[in-house]
Amino acid sequence: MTSSREFRSQEIYVNMGPQHPSTHGVLRLMLRTDGEIVSDVAPMIGYLHRCAEKYGESGTYQMMIPYTDRMDYLAGMNCNWAYCLAVEKLGNVVVPERAEYIRILVGELNRIASHLIAFGTYGLDLGAFTPFFYALDEREKILDLFEMVCGARLTYSYFRIGGVAADLPEGWVKRCHEFIDFFRKRIDEFNELLTYNYIFIRRTANIGVIPANMAVDYGCTGPVLRGSGMRRDTRVDEPYGLYPRLRFHIPIGMGEKGSVGDCWDRYMVRIREMEQSCDIIKQVLKSMPEKGDVRAKVPKAFKPPKGEVYVRSESSKGELGFYLISDGTDRPYRVKARSPSLSNLCVLPAISDGMMIADLVATLGSLDIVMGEIDR
Amino acid sequence: MQIQELFEALKKKFGDQVLELATPASGEPSVTVSAQAVQEVALFCREDSSLEFDQLMCLSGVDYPPEHLAVVYHLHSSTKHHRLVLKAMVPRQEPKLPTVSRVWRTANWHEREAYDLFGIVFTGHANLRRILLPQDWVGYPLRKDYVFPTEYRGIKCHD
Amino acid sequence: MNDSYGVRHLQKHIWENHAFSHIFNADFLGFALMVIAGVALLTFVLVYGMVAVWAERKVAGHIQDRLGPMRVGWHGWLQSLADGVKLMLKEDIIPTMADKPLFILAPPLVFLAAFTAYAVLPFSSRAQLADLDIGVLYITAVTSLGVVGIIMAGWASNSKWPLYGAMRSAALVVSYGVPLGLSMLPVLMLSGSLSLQEIVGNQGGGILHWNLFQALPFMPLAFLVFFISSLAETNRVPFDIAEAESELVGGYHTEYSGINFSLFFIAEYSAMLLSCGVAATLFLGGYLPPAFRTLGMMGLPRLLAWLALGLFLLWRFTSFWERRQFSEALFFAVLTLAGLLLWRTFPHLFWFLTKTGVLFLVMLWLRWTLPRLRIDQMMYMCWKVLTPLAFVNLLGTSLWWMWAN
Repeated sequence: MTSSREFRSQEIYVNMGPQHPSTHGVLRLMLRTDGEIVSDVAPMIGYLHRCAEKYGESGTYQMMIPYTDRMDYLAGMNCNWAYCLAVEKLGNVVVPERAEYIRILVGELNRIASHLIAFGTYGLDLGAFTPFFYALDEREKILDLFEMVCGARLTYSYFRIGGVAADLPEGWVKRCHEFIDFFRKRIDEFNELLTYNYIFIRRTANIGVIPANMAVDYGCTGPVLRGSGMRRDTRVDEPYGLYPRLRFHIPIGMGEKGSVGDCWDRYMVRIREMEQSCDIIKQVLKSMPEKGDVRAKVPKAFKPPKGEVYVRSESSKGELGFYLISDGTDRPYRVKARSPSLSNLCVLPAISDGMMIADLVATLGSLDIVMGEIDR
Repeated sequence: MQIQELFEALKKKFGDQVLELATPASGEPSVTVSAQAVQEVALFCREDSSLEFDQLMCLSGVDYPPEHLAVVYHLHSSTKHHRLVLKAMVPRQEPKLPTVSRVWRTANWHEREAYDLFGIVFTGHANLRRILLPQDWVGYPLRKDYVFPTEYRGIKCHD
Repeated sequence: MNDSYGVRHLQKHIWENHAFSHIFNADFLGFALMVIAGVALLTFVLVYGMVAVWAERKVAGHIQDRLGPMRVGWHGWLQSLADGVKLMLKEDIIPTMADKPLFILAPPLVFLAAFTAYAVLPFSSRAQLADLDIGVLYITAVTSLGVVGIIMAGWASNSKWPLYGAMRSAALVVSYGVPLGLSMLPVLMLSGSLSLQEIVGNQGGGILHWNLFQALPFMPLAFLVFFISSLAETNRVPFDIAEAESELVGGYHTEYSGINFSLFFIAEYSAMLLSCGVAATLFLGGYLPPAFRTLGMMGLPRLLAWLALGLFLLWRFTSFWERRQFSEALFFAVLTLAGLLLWRTFPHLFWFLTKTGVLFLVMLWLRWTLPRLRIDQMMYMCWKVLTPLAFVNLLGTSLWWMWAN
């Protein structure tokens, strides 16, 4: 032998995204991989950046509401709500009771709709196509309900400072009732189809484990944090609206199929949250006053006093906060949106070391990010 | 703990590094600390057993022309259930302050964002690059005196 | 004049003296027949593949609470044709950095691997292009060439995602090949032959004589192992990890477009139908009827079945005619005529296609129900579950065989 020719393996860099079926939008991940094993992940964001915060500063307080729709476009109602909460706290606006109930109704419905997308696309990420269509089917019904209240199916702008844009139309409550009754049973079907599927469990249990302290350190919130076993929910910790009047349970990850904080736990938290949202909606439908104002009297040139607030609310993805500074004029001095997806995504490089590409896709899907909210 | 107690605790530990407690008539009270002491204060807030601010909820930059840029830290304790707003002012000419990304990991991206949109430099940050805008972008859009570009790499925009 | 004479002279010369002449004289008829049969088979496979694509989309649609293609023809039955035309008219993009010859060669190779195996598939006792003595061996050999095409495509694309697809495919071929081969052995043992005609012939006499129901519980197990392995061979969910849309964008065919892409597509469906056909041949009595006659399926039940079918068709036709939906009427007419013709004139072909179709439906059903396995889980399953099972099975069947004889 003159010289042994060495077979050298080489790490390669792969661009996953911004055009990739499972990066949920325009996320770009730079992967360094050794064969199938991922040794480094660098998320690159900003492809959807519109500088919404600058928009917020350049318009009046009301003019920001439609932009919040475009942040988390899968849960526009929750974004509307978070922003309006912050403005109302800044300007000491009291919201009428019926409006508060309506807000909870549409907010929770939107949470279900958003979780349905998370459920469906998670199936897609793992190669199961059918759950996606089942989920979209149900989501369509929720969008029908939204269309009835505000005419839009994606970017609602239904909330107003001090209430909502319009009262519920006739027959809406009945249809909502019907939907919730139907949907509760549907969740069991989802579970049969995907949740307890053997292959699904094998693909998600013990994958992408985020320990609780890591989740807190990286600022994860919402289902990601709860999946790690932390019972944290802004609706309970710092209640807003009429949530204190309602009784509901906060599901957390318990490591049923693997260890606490794995993909299955995060997924399951969302499924159980949908059930809880159904319960909340039922309670609201029962206790909501028949008639009443849905909008407090707020002047068109709304000028909150000087000051600043940071208001948190529980969006479907986690803690959605708005930091508002008022300088006494009718335009906010500073609008900052703290988006849950941004913090949820930044944990990805920390947990994806040594994963296979297929697991990376599973983990990314379980974080349930929305790029519109990350890039703003 | 209430904001007054928090302020006192910080004052006791850091003395005149903790500048003032602002309690406006409307809105949230906040504690302003010296920019250079931000990292130690943050670490203390996180580690002290009576504070335990384990969550950095939000990190924002604010522009106060003509003199200052501010960094606002919204802290929350998931065990003690109290919150604190920390502020640090840096001069607009040389906006520099220590990073807190080693205190809370989540600050990493938030600080990159503040750098990207305000041009605040966080010294000691491991990877302080633009995060939302392209790397070759000129200027810091969220500053009040930002002039919108009419062209970027040959793409014209009319406004 | 001279020229013309010269040409004719040359032709005569070739006719008499060239090496071709003895083929033309002696075996010309056979050769021509072979070519005609080959072309017929190609047409059949292409049409079969297109029908399969349509069936897949319809089944998928109905599983997912929607209708699937509905626009082109009755319930979209011409959709595959329209898609085929569209794909053919599309630009065939070859990436600049691709290895051009390999890139162009790969799709036909994949298709050929699936297509050539049809040569020995017995559609009926006579409709078989070649009854090789080593039919089973031939099929396993030829179909495994498809993987070479896939690896070629992945490599030649000179792109990272296809390369991953190729790598996965290469890792898989060694995994599923073993249980696939091992699960065929018990059948060969029972039949004592590698010829597919003989294997089918040995299963004559009704449903209870099918290989599937021999040597209980071993042959059903062999069938299961075979079916699962052939799912892997044809890149179907839950083993579609070589194309894995959500992970590798499209796997080995990411960079393909136009006619080359559709070749991959047709190849996949031909391979699926081939696998189903082989499974039907080896385990389900091939083209032989289940012979309900032996199970008492005579007289009244038979009459009632005929009556029901007739009434159903009558209802459909009148309904279509009244609503002036001629496309539907045409579709049903074609379907009915084909079915009746097949049943009465080629009962073998009818039963073969029916069995294949049922297995095909199972494949579709699985695809639209299950998530995808990860590659290491897939290899684990092949090596540590299916292979031992196949071995146990082989042992069991041989013991049973010794005892029975």
